Amino acid sequence: MQGIVRNGVRIDESFAEAFPMAATGLVITAPTRKWVNQAAATATGYATSVIGCDCEAGVDRELSEDETPDGRPGVRLLFFAFSAKGAEKALVNRVGQCILTCPGTALYSAFDGDLKIKVGDSMRQFGDKWQMSKAIDGRRFWRVPVMDGEFFVEGQVGVLKKCVGGGNLLIMGADWESTMRATEAGVEAINAVPDAIMPFPGGIVRSGSKVGSQYKGMSASTNDAYCPTLRGVTKTALEDDIGCTLEIVIDGLSDAAVREAMRAGLKAIIDLGPETGAKRVGAGNYGGKLGPFHYHLKDLVP
Amino acid sequence: MTPFTFTLRQEPPQRVDLSALTPDRLAGKSVAEIEKIEIGTTRASTKVGDLFKVSEGDLKNLRYEGGSARFDLVGAKLLPEFSIHVEGDVGLQLGRLATGGRITVSGNAGAYAASGNAGAHIEIKGDVGELLAAPLAGELAGMSGGRVVVRGNAGARAGDRLRRGILIIEGNAGEDLGSRVIAGTIIVLGETVERVGYLNRRGSLVLAKRKDFGPTYLDCGAHLFTFARLFSRSLRADSAGASALLSGRLQRFGGDTAVYGKGEILTPA
Repeated sequence: MQGIVRNGVRIDESFAEAFPMAATGLVITAPTRKWVNQAAATATGYATSVIGCDCEAGVDRELSEDETPDGRPGVRLLFFAFSAKGAEKALVNRVGQCILTCPGTALYSAFDGDLKIKVGDSMRQFGDKWQMSKAIDGRRFWRVPVMDGEFFVEGQVGVLKKCVGGGNLLIMGADWESTMRATEAGVEAINAVPDAIMPFPGGIVRSGSKVGSQYKGMSASTNDAYCPTLRGVTKTALEDDIGCTLEIVIDGLSDAAVREAMRAGLKAIIDLGPETGAKRVGAGNYGGKLGPFHYHLKDLVP
Repeated sequence: MTPFTFTLRQEPPQRVDLSALTPDRLAGKSVAEIEKIEIGTTRASTKVGDLFKVSEGDLKNLRYEGGSARFDLVGAKLLPEFSIHVEGDVGLQLGRLATGGRITVSGNAGAYAASGNAGAHIEIKGDVGELLAAPLAGELAGMSGGRVVVRGNAGARAGDRLRRGILIIEGNAGEDLGSRVIAGTIIVLGETVERVGYLNRRGSLVLAKRKDFGPTYLDCGAHLFTFARLFSRSLRADSAGASALLSGRLQRFGGDTAVYGKGEILTPA
């Protein structure tokens, strides 16, 4: 199982198994960075996993004044769902409750995509016939009067159909503190990779799951093989020197984006070394039969 | 690559219909065939060869060396990706029903310039006649897309029944600017005279000079508009003046309340 060692960190001969997803992207701007970040946090809340949420969402990156369509501070958000229809439903709900309501914000499509979904076009009626359409450079926008001025929203937003969800790294270390240090270093490195997000809290998930359960009707349950407190009593995957496992889950707009993100995360974790950081890095999969995208750690190590 | 060029030999003896001379309609034709195209509009015959010296070149870019106020329908139904440049004046209905592409005129244009334009970028360095971007008699809507930049002055009723797209007039506009506007944007950097925005439904008129807009326009106060910031950036390459006008705080006058009343006149606050 453990053939590769880099900088004292053991790398499993394993692979991450990922799934096709549809994704949409939004550019949100506001008069100040504070309200950009607030809009981003609200719109991407409760969007960790499609198992229980309507979509998986996160911040791709912050945009400077020069990078946004209206010259205000902005942010690029990505939303992943199983289908374009699912993405549309999630997006319309989230924009209606979290962006329309957030003071000062405006919303633009982040990319053209394979097809379009209606966002502003389905939200314009909030203006109760006072809304005005504005078309420029082949894009249509709506000016919806609201109590702080106007909510400016693009009519349609692009959807990319061939995206990837579920790239991951399992980071194992001696204790919570050192494992967290390594995982945070990995998250920071992946944050710099474009077109990839980490939907879990702070990019990190501590409750990795396996398929199936001892209870009837539960499709997923705790991944006991990686739970350190069960190391002696279950068929464990952990050695004696591992006391904590954390996981980074990555969704990307393309196969390449997920691959690059995993590569960047892996490098940062390895660079930290086994004393201050992680002792071992693995990846989660379901035997390779469920997801079409496989990311072998041996291909990604520096 | 040098553009496909029509060099004017003499002032046309009659008004000429140049709608046949667009890149897509000239494709596959030899110079001899092109010279035989009839462009006269009366019983007397005028052919391309009578008026122009035709020199072959890149058909995507047409060029007229020399223009005339008798050049009607230049760039009519122009398609995206093509361009036409006129070194001189043009007559009626410049860029009529164009769906895309780029037209530049170094001189003046006649009435009904950009009439029914649906997507072309049209720049006129001189003045334009009346009814810029307006519909012809019987049509329900005027320009439905694209962008028109007039460096000089515009005649009466510019932007009549504008449906979509942007008109920028850097000089002055004649009377009844933006009459019966359905939607779209009209920007005027110079003076306007008499009524403006008569029966405006949902259009935006952005005027550098404020005046009394009459009792059917109601003051809605001074505001910062996000859409104006976006337009300001997008229009920067076409008109620094229009870009600057949209970058600041704007006083909004809502109207024309004599009709639907969802349009507006914006002027610097």
